[in-house]
Formats: sequence, C-alpha cells, structure tokens
Amino acid sequence: MLNTIVTRRDFLKTGGSLVVTFSLSGLMPGASAQSAATAKTVAADAVDGFVAIGADGTVGIYSGKVDLGTGVRTALTQIAADELDVPYARVKVIEGDTLLTPDQGPTYGSLSIQIGGMQIRQACATARAALVAQAAQRLGVAAGDVKTQDGACTARGQRVSYQELVGNKNFELKVDPKAATKDPAAYKIVGKPVPRLDIPAKVTGEFQYMQDFRLPGMLHARVVRPAAVRSELVSYDDSAARKIPGYVQTVRKGNFLAVVGTSEWAAIRASRAVKAKWSKWEGLPDRKNLWEYVRKTKINKDEDLQKAGNAADALKGGAKKLSATFNFAIHTHGSIGPSCAVAEWKDGKVTCWSASQQTHLLRKQLAQMLQMKEPDVRCMYIDGSGCYGRNGHEDAAADAVLIAKEIGKPVRVQWMRADEHGWDPKGPPTLIDYRGALDASGKIVAWESDVYIPDRPQQIQVTLVAADLAGLPREPSHPGNIHQALAIPYTVPNIKATAHWLAETPLRPSWIRTPGRMQNTFGNEVFMDELAHAAGADPVEFRLRHLNDKRGIECLERAAKLAGWMPRKSKAEYSGDIAYGRGVSYIKYELVRTYVAAVADVEVNKKTGKIRVAKVCVAHDCGQIINPDGLRNQIEGNVVQTTSRTLIEELKFDRSRVTSVDWVSYPILTFPDVPQVEMDLIDRPSEKPWGAGEPTAAVVPSAISNAVFDAVGVRLRSVPFTPDKVLAAMKSA
Amino acid sequence: MATQVTLNVNGAARSVSVDDPQMPLLYALRDDLGLHGPRFGCGLGQCGACTVHIDGKALRSCQLPVAQAAGRKILTLEGLGSSAQPHPLQKAFIEEQAVQCGYCINGMIMQAKALLDANKNPSDAEIRQALSRNLCRCGTHVRILRAIKRAAAQMA
Repeated sequence: MLNTIVTRRDFLKTGGSLVVTFSLSGLMPGASAQSAATAKTVAADAVDGFVAIGADGTVGIYSGKVDLGTGVRTALTQIAADELDVPYARVKVIEGDTLLTPDQGPTYGSLSIQIGGMQIRQACATARAALVAQAAQRLGVAAGDVKTQDGACTARGQRVSYQELVGNKNFELKVDPKAATKDPAAYKIVGKPVPRLDIPAKVTGEFQYMQDFRLPGMLHARVVRPAAVRSELVSYDDSAARKIPGYVQTVRKGNFLAVVGTSEWAAIRASRAVKAKWSKWEGLPDRKNLWEYVRKTKINKDEDLQKAGNAADALKGGAKKLSATFNFAIHTHGSIGPSCAVAEWKDGKVTCWSASQQTHLLRKQLAQMLQMKEPDVRCMYIDGSGCYGRNGHEDAAADAVLIAKEIGKPVRVQWMRADEHGWDPKGPPTLIDYRGALDASGKIVAWESDVYIPDRPQQIQVTLVAADLAGLPREPSHPGNIHQALAIPYTVPNIKATAHWLAETPLRPSWIRTPGRMQNTFGNEVFMDELAHAAGADPVEFRLRHLNDKRGIECLERAAKLAGWMPRKSKAEYSGDIAYGRGVSYIKYELVRTYVAAVADVEVNKKTGKIRVAKVCVAHDCGQIINPDGLRNQIEGNVVQTTSRTLIEELKFDRSRVTSVDWVSYPILTFPDVPQVEMDLIDRPSEKPWGAGEPTAAVVPSAISNAVFDAVGVRLRSVPFTPDKVLAAMKSA
Repeated sequence: MATQVTLNVNGAARSVSVDDPQMPLLYALRDDLGLHGPRFGCGLGQCGACTVHIDGKALRSCQLPVAQAAGRKILTLEGLGSSAQPHPLQKAFIEEQAVQCGYCINGMIMQAKALLDANKNPSDAEIRQALSRNLCRCGTHVRILRAIKRAAAQMA
C-alpha cells in the first residue's frame, strides 16, 4: 500500500529510491514496503530522522514542518544541499508524514526556518562530519584533508561518493548539536533567490493538491451542518436524498450528520436533499454589544507579561497622561480552497491525507477522538490551499476518518464554502486598554496595557468539530499564544503589560497569521503614536528616543529612509476630498527575533470615509536570509493580506451561528485596492535565520491607523477601519 | 438516468457520463476528466478559482451546467501549456515567481489570458479591473500584476 500511497505523492516520482533505502537499511530484505518504511526512525534527535542517502545519491530530507505555500520546501532544500555539499537537484524534501518525518511541532509561529530548518541544518552538519570521517578511513587520509563537494568526499586526488559510503544504510547517529555548520561565507545556495520548486507545476495544472488526491474505490462525502453552533439534531429525513443517483449512505453520530455518494456531485445533491431538524440554540452574544460582552466575561486569571518599575505610581506623577481602548474584530482564515481530506481504514488502522499544518498533533487528536493507539493512525500531508494558521484542514480530516470508519470504504470529504467560512475556528475578538504618561522632557515614563483574550488550556490544540458534534473525546480549544507581543520593544522605566485570560469566547478560537501579535502590536504602536503626538514629537524620532537596540534602530531608520520619511508633528490640511497621510510602525517580534519597521501611505476619502492604502515600505531584518525572493514573496503577502484584514474584515454572526458564510458576506481585498509594496531586506549572513511568515503582518494595522491620523487627524482604534467608522470618527473629532 | 455528454476540452472530444445535466462543468472536468487546473473554491461564482474559457470567454465552471458546455470549445489551464512548454503567461508567472499556495492561480492566468486576448497592452488599472473578481488570500497580487505585465510585453 505504501507504494501506492507514495506514488501519489510528488517526491517518489523523482526519489523512488528512498523507500528502497529503508527496505535495505531496515535489515528486512524482501519485506513489504509498508513494514520497511516503518523501520525508518522519526526521532528528532537522530540524523536518520532527517536525512537519508539513497543508492543513487538522492538525498531525502524528512521535515515535520510543511510548505503551506510559503516556499519553505525550497528553502529547506537550499539549507540541506549547502550543508551537505550535494547538488540542489538531488535533494528531495518529504514533509509531514507521521510515519516518516520527525515531530518538529506544528508549522506555525514563523518557526519553519528558525527551528525546523536549523534542526535539519544540524542533522546535515552531523551527517557531513560522519561522511568525512568514513571517507578519511576509506581513503587512508586525515579527516582534515577530506573535502566535501558535489555529493562526494575528496582527498589527494581520490574521490568517494556519499552513496558509496552510506547509500542505503542508516547513519545510526544522534544529531550532534556541536557539529560544526559551515562558515556562512561558504554557502553557495543559501542566500540566493533560488526559484521555487513547486511553481512550474502550480501554474500548469500539473501540481497535485490535497483537493486533487484520489484513492481507488474512494467515495465522496459532505457534512450536513447544524443550524446553530450548539443545536442538537432532533431528527432527519433522507428519503429524498436516497433517490439521488449515486447516493450511498447517510452517516449519523450524535449531532454529526453526513451523506456519502459515489461522486462529488451526488454527495452534494444528496446532502442538500436531507431534511434535518435541529434544536433552537441562541447562545452567542449580541454582536452589536460584542466589546461590552468581552469586557464583562469572567476572568480566569491575570498574568503580567512585562513588568518594570512601578507603572501605577509613575502614571500618577506623569506630566502628560493618555489613555485609550482598542479592539480587533473576529477574523476567519479565508482559505481560497475549502478544507479537504481523505481517509482509509485497513485492519483497524487508519491513514488520513490532509493539508494539516500539524500532522503529528492531528494524529494525537484523531487517536484521542477514536480511543485508538497513536501508531495505528497515520497522517500524511499534501499541499492544500494556504491556511494561515489552524483553519479547517484538521476538522475535515476528522470528518473523513469518522465517515470512513462508518462506511468501511475510503472517503474524501470536501468542505463547501459555507463549511469553511462558517465552521473553521476563528481568531478571537481582542480588547486592549492602555494608559501612558510622559515626563516633562517628552519621554514615556509609564506604560500600562491590559489585554482581554480567551484562556489557554494545557494543550495547544483546537477541538475537532467532528469530535464535538459526535460527542467523542476531545480537549478544549487553545487560541494560540495570543498574549505574545503585548510586551513592548522600547526602553521605558515603568511598564506593566497584563493579560486577562477570559473564561469564554463566542466562537471556537484558533491561531490566524500573527495571532495576538497583530492585535497587540496594533494597540501598542497606535498608542505609541498617540504618545508621540502628545509629546509634540515626530513619530519616527519618538520611537528612536525609546529604542536601545542597534538592529532595531537600523531597521526603523532604513524603513524611514526607504519611504523618504519627512518629520511630521501635525497633520497637513487638504482642501479636496482626498487627504493623504503616512504612518510608521515597528516591532521586534516577541522581543526576541525578527525586526520589522513599516511606513504606510494612505489616501482617505473625506466624503465616503474610504481608506486606500497606496504603498507600504518595509524594512525587515530576520538575520540570515535563506532565499531573498521567497522572503520578498512572504513580506508582500503579509502586507496585502493584513491590509485586507485591517480595512475590511469582520466576521458576522447572529445569536445562533456565523452569518459570514461566503465572499459576499465576508469580503476580502481585491486587485483594485492592493497597495504597492517596497522593501529593504537587511541580510545578516552570520546571524541566525529567523522567521518571516508573520512579523510584517504585525505592523500593518498600526502603520495604516497612524497614517490615517496623519491624513485626517482621527485615531482609528477599532479594526476593521470601515468607512462608517472613519466618518464617525471624523464627525466627532 | 445517466446520459453521455461530449465535451470539447483542450482540442479533444471527451465523453462524460452524467447523472444530472445541471451538474456544474467543474466536477466533470475535475472528477471525470482528471484535470487539476480548474479548482473548487466557492461553488458560487465568487472567487474565480474554477475559471475556464468557453468559446474564448473566461467563465466560472462552477456555475455552468455541464449540459450547456456540450459542443462548445473548453480551454483549461492544461490546454495553455505545460511546465516543459509553458504558455507565455505561465512562463511569466514562473519568472516572476507569482505564486504562494497557488490555489487561485488557475483563475488568475485564465482571466489574464482573456484580458490579453482582447487587449494586448493593458494598463495597470485595466489589469486590476480585469482581475477584480478573482480572489487571492495569500496576497500574491503584486507579483501577479507584474507577471501579467511581463507576459503582455513578451507577447507583444
């Protein structure tokens, strides 16, 4: 079966030897591929967990982190090829297979290069040292005389290839954290804008997405969703569905209801023909009073995230005091392709293909849901539509596993648009209060912030909808580390930044790109601007006043230079309908990694209240750059997607259910309104590489808000910045 | 009962067995003919991921009943070119690396082809307008715009 499975995946077409590698190294000649593959270790401390060298010199790199459309597969290929000294084209990255790849944690938090890539780099460095040692022995030379190049070791005119040394054998080595990685100056592929491996196939229809994956004899299912988030299935009548050609079966488990057909269209028609009666449920808060609801929600606990001096006392003694409240709407991931998964049961074991960003965690959750042993569940990643966090992929996987078990046949579950918008987990609503004070010299003397966000259970995981509906075992949902970045990257003598962890939130929460960091940085950096204005200072100069970090200062100065920043202390007056403004924002991500500064240029239509973001200039320092073009692609995506979230996006719901169920009820930014993006990449080849998938997004909402203030003199403290909010703010100014 | 519908796809006649003539063309292309270019995004004609050309016009295949596509010339992303021999638009998308997850890219290229067929030298504003009903969530828009301009220049 493995052969069938892997043949369907991209890598085996070119790297078929890899499976053979394990059948030999597993000391089971003639054993089936399935049992042979089982022999491959997935230990994250073993070289063999990450690296395999086949008999033909193909290098398999096994990554627990997956390419969600970010280009990380290409970047990991660059890292491995350079560290091992093998031709780039000979490296094949295999991702997110619980049977083959180590658990490197979910693909989130801008950690794929910073953590995942560096684990692979270290495994490759360990492997290279071992190859050199073996070559020295084989060639009868000192290890110091052995050079590695082009997939081979050479010394004194002699040459032995890697495959001659270890082809089809395991390394049997722990990853040595001290194994010397290369001198960054020696990298030939790292740092180069290598074209992405997947793009030619993606622009020609040759690429196989999760949504394209098919198994022989596979059936199709659609889930019939409840009328309200927590309504009970009272009864259903599927007599009309049974008459649809291709109808196979209705599956019900508790409140989980699905229809199976021989084709997609049969499943869709049949699911629409089912008449389900759901109980009434109106437990969601009134959306009109959402922020009042959040403020009144029971607090489970308070946690100080940053503390210096005595902020309360310093506030009392400040020369000038300010306070402000910010809120940030509920957002949905909005993947263009709704989630999809395929599951197949065999001999009491289940295999599940999905575009999950976290196959190891998904396996754990599926095993928990079905009360199975984890090794009896295999989860495999296939590229899907971009997810930008924990969207519906895992839920579709749970649907498929549950339905396939009931019907005893492989099944594909494709979520419809309303499933994705209505039932994927959401970025929770965020409310933040600020108080600050300036001293007589115009420096911040006190800073206090209080963020109200849903509490975190122990496990970082999000409840599977199917487990919830079917009443199967599950853990509560974790919203992600959304407290991050409330702490400020500035030197202020008295700070208190506090998280108030709430007992509940309206909809199932999860992480969406830049979770919490976006919301918290929005508040921090707009409030910073308010303090600058109160101090009569230029916003860039005011930030520099409080920055004591060389790289941070350089980043901010380079963004200002890129944008041609001119000092501004008060808004200019525009006589026409359009007012122009620019705003700045800065972050040191989570205070420990990637620096980003951005300057946004906006146009505000004073009559309609519509904001157009014309241009965003970004300076970005994520240390060593692996692939500058991949990095640019990510930064552009961060800017455009976050402009959309900032200006337009707000998830709507009534007392029963989400009412933003398509692109009309949840619009996103379209081409006419897409800003220009310019950037200055600060490359530091001898520094550690940090992430870039999220940090730029953190500064976009505040840069836009600050630019609107520059244009029309009003502070926008509530995302999204819809025209009605802009007009209301201008009216009351 | 099932009927046979003959579709003219990328220059070849393909027969499809159809239970329901109202089934959107998208499902025939993807599930019966195994094409991966047109993609299911919304099924509502709102996002553009399923775009194909019918008799030279860019249409949403999730909205067109398969029976109405019979006898008309259907062009999909696969019909434009391959990674070995890409169409100038596909080549430009590769050269500009104008893809993130790539799920929307079928629609972007097919819509852009319809534009360039009618207007060989579109302005930035005209390209933006032509693609205004095609959604991308990754934020690849700025690269897509560059790729279409590059293709237009190369095809001129």
